[in-house]
Amino acid sequence: MNRAWDTIIVGAGHNGLVCAQMLASAGQSVLVLEAGAEVGGFAAPREFAPGFRASIAAQYLHQFSDALLRSLQLERHGLRFAATGLATTVLASGRHVRIAGDHVDGVSAEEATRWQQLDTRLARFAKFMATVQSTMAPRLGSSDFQDRWTLLKMGLRLRLLGRREMREFLRIAGMNVYDLATDELEDPLLQAALGMDAILGSNFGPRAPGTVLTLLTRRAGEATTTGGYRLPIGGLGAFAQALASAATAAGATVRTDAPVAGIVIENDEVRGVDLANGERLSAARVVSSVDPRQTFLSLLGTEHLDTGFVRRVDHFRHRGITAKWHLALDALPTFTGLPSAQLGDRLVVAPSLNYLETAYNASKYGEVSVLPALEISIPTVHDRTLAPAGGHVLTAIVNYAAYDAKDDLGTAREKLEANALAVLESVAPGIRSLIRSSELLLPMDLERICRVTGGHWHHGDLAFDQYLMVRPFPGAAQYQTPIRGLYLCGAGSHPGGGLTGLPGRLAAEQIQRTAP
Amino acid sequence: MTADAGYPTPPHFRKPLIDTPFHDRARALSQNDQFVAWAGYSTVDVFTTVEQEYFAIRNAATLYDLTPMVKYRVAGRDAERYINRLVTRDIRKLKVGRVSYVVWCNDEGHIIDDGTVFRLSETDYRICTAERQLDWFLDSAIGFDVAVEEITASVAALSLQGPTSAYVLKKFGLSGIESLKPFEFRIFEAEGRSLMVSRTGFTGDLGYELWMAPQHATAVWDDLMQAGRSRGIRAIGSQALNLARIEAGFLMPNVDFISAEHTVRMHRERTPLELGLAWLVDFDKPHFNGRRALQKQKAAGLQRMLVGLDIDGNKPAHNALLYANPTDETECGFVTSAMWSPTCKRNIALAILDTPHFEMGRRVHADIYLHRELVWERRMVTATVVERPFFAPERRRLTPPADR
Repeated sequence: MNRAWDTIIVGAGHNGLVCAQMLASAGQSVLVLEAGAEVGGFAAPREFAPGFRASIAAQYLHQFSDALLRSLQLERHGLRFAATGLATTVLASGRHVRIAGDHVDGVSAEEATRWQQLDTRLARFAKFMATVQSTMAPRLGSSDFQDRWTLLKMGLRLRLLGRREMREFLRIAGMNVYDLATDELEDPLLQAALGMDAILGSNFGPRAPGTVLTLLTRRAGEATTTGGYRLPIGGLGAFAQALASAATAAGATVRTDAPVAGIVIENDEVRGVDLANGERLSAARVVSSVDPRQTFLSLLGTEHLDTGFVRRVDHFRHRGITAKWHLALDALPTFTGLPSAQLGDRLVVAPSLNYLETAYNASKYGEVSVLPALEISIPTVHDRTLAPAGGHVLTAIVNYAAYDAKDDLGTAREKLEANALAVLESVAPGIRSLIRSSELLLPMDLERICRVTGGHWHHGDLAFDQYLMVRPFPGAAQYQTPIRGLYLCGAGSHPGGGLTGLPGRLAAEQIQRTAP
Repeated sequence: MTADAGYPTPPHFRKPLIDTPFHDRARALSQNDQFVAWAGYSTVDVFTTVEQEYFAIRNAATLYDLTPMVKYRVAGRDAERYINRLVTRDIRKLKVGRVSYVVWCNDEGHIIDDGTVFRLSETDYRICTAERQLDWFLDSAIGFDVAVEEITASVAALSLQGPTSAYVLKKFGLSGIESLKPFEFRIFEAEGRSLMVSRTGFTGDLGYELWMAPQHATAVWDDLMQAGRSRGIRAIGSQALNLARIEAGFLMPNVDFISAEHTVRMHRERTPLELGLAWLVDFDKPHFNGRRALQKQKAAGLQRMLVGLDIDGNKPAHNALLYANPTDETECGFVTSAMWSPTCKRNIALAILDTPHFEMGRRVHADIYLHRELVWERRMVTATVVERPFFAPERRRLTPPADR
């Protein structure tokens, strides 16, 4: 079989597209195969009601580094922002707190100072974490120069935080966010805001061990950009379009509606892929942005892998418990006590850490939260292109919905939608009458639509045993796999999910370093 | 797993070791009450004396209770592909009605266990192993349309070994048994009982293994004893069998190697290449567990290997350390199994030797300790690396076997 392509990338999620752009820029012939009709994965556009648009899962672009944005020349490829640096407003019935960076309104002066100190410290740690996140995770016990150098640099950077701050970092890094928030803050809304950032997208409640790590990884992404919470004009789908356009301009080909049925292996080496339509495409290497479980168990097949490795694939925790809610509104809603100027903020409904923890409990027992926590965005405040004249879009991330729900899918969906609406009405009375159309996507819906096993934002929990040099698991942690020519570039790889583009970028770098 | 049907199991806390279906017969013949634990069962170590039982293996016929051997049924559409990925040999070449000796490795190419695979049909296999493997077998089944089930207690097994064993089976009533070739098996139906007979064994001699439902166990035992009376048949225990297997050059798990799943210390695991089992590893077949690691080891060369030793003198070199040079006492290996072989009239051993000492014909020195009337004595004797097996009589392969 002659090699038609240097590289075939499976999946046109944002990581796949970043990887494609970089490899194509380096002179490789690159083909990106997307199973769906749209590029972007979790950031793909979705018209959930006639004329009303949102992205399937993601709500903001807040972790994509300025450097990567520049090097991909996304602005040249049409990326414009409708809003940047959005503040976060945490709502409870009758009260709200507004957070803009290290500044907070709506709390006592002492609490505002405490927030400022905590935020400054977290920002410092996030900066250190950002260097860890944007480097390929080193292998432990390796004699490779690159690995040792990376480890040494990590140690040095940690030490350069200073003795006191290094100790503080090491003290809190393994903690849960509940303890951190209650140690450092007093206002329940502020505590909940911190908790919300730690648990979004993962299978954790605020008391789960390792939730300071998830908080720091999120903050690390945010430390790479000065843009804060940003909304691209046209939604996150436009961001995905810009990425695809950048990749195409660099020489890559992007094919949609081209589901891959399997990866072709001959003599223990990758030869290409088979499409679901029977077409066979040959390539020197295949890069999968698909989640690790699907990549190894479905696309590759266990017969090409050792049992111990398959065991690790099978044990990778990948059950999403985050739902997404899309509302088409006839008019802008009113939130009790919230000035209309703040309607465009990132709105968080989570009155306390215990509220979050209680919401999480349900998901442990196969149920949906009775009182879910919400992260709300009303993008049409900033961007009128997303809805027909007069109409508005309200989207929300809804925590939590058990992946393995006891109820059938329809019932679980109805229950969570009713619960979420009750919570929304408690802070925005009368919103029910504005709703023209409503769509709630459970993790199982996200799994089906985005073809991500478990419907998990990060393709797998971000936890100490699935992080850095052991993400997704040993044997596949440096974007390489046991099969020559098969690479990973998705959120299942270091540093994980979120719209960072980092797994895609680091995979492209690793491929250029090691590719035959 | 379903509870094993066949015979009642008393609560484990009352009887930690289970009796095999042959237990009553064994107890009746045991002269010195020497029972040992084997894979959760109570079996006989020595019935009378080791010497008597050993010589029966080489000169007559012997019955050995094989029931504790762990057995699995592997069945399903993907059974062949599944086993082929599990073991290092090309199992696609195994025809229905035949048996294959196999080893299986972990990802690092280290041996987990060895055993035999019986192909009962295109999609139905039996795997016999030394240790329980369900965990590994089930995890290996991920992605394959195959069912793995432990059937140890629902299959009673006997090993009939020795130069007169074919005669005994014929007398027992298995007509046509003489045409059964080594590593072949056949199912005989008689008097409402089904008996699977394979020409396999652990003695390196002419011999058969018999597989049956537990409820037929005692009847088969009695009939074989009756049929073998004129040919000196005798029940044997594990000690005599162990002597025969060393002469045959066969490896004993937990003696000559330890399962990679059980080792704790570094470098205590063994690959098939290191155990001299390269002939079991087929790099030309599709991927199998440990393939990539074994390929690397093959390319890099071996650091150590298991070989046969011919040792001067007649004192068995049990657990002896081996030295390249008797004066400076730099270790170059150690003995794993040793015996004075009465049949070969040689002092033999299996040993692990570091490179380059495992080359054929090379001489090393064995440090033999002898415990004589409470006093330890030491002998430093020369040992030569030799081919295995030490004993391989023509009769083990001869088909039809001699009718005697």
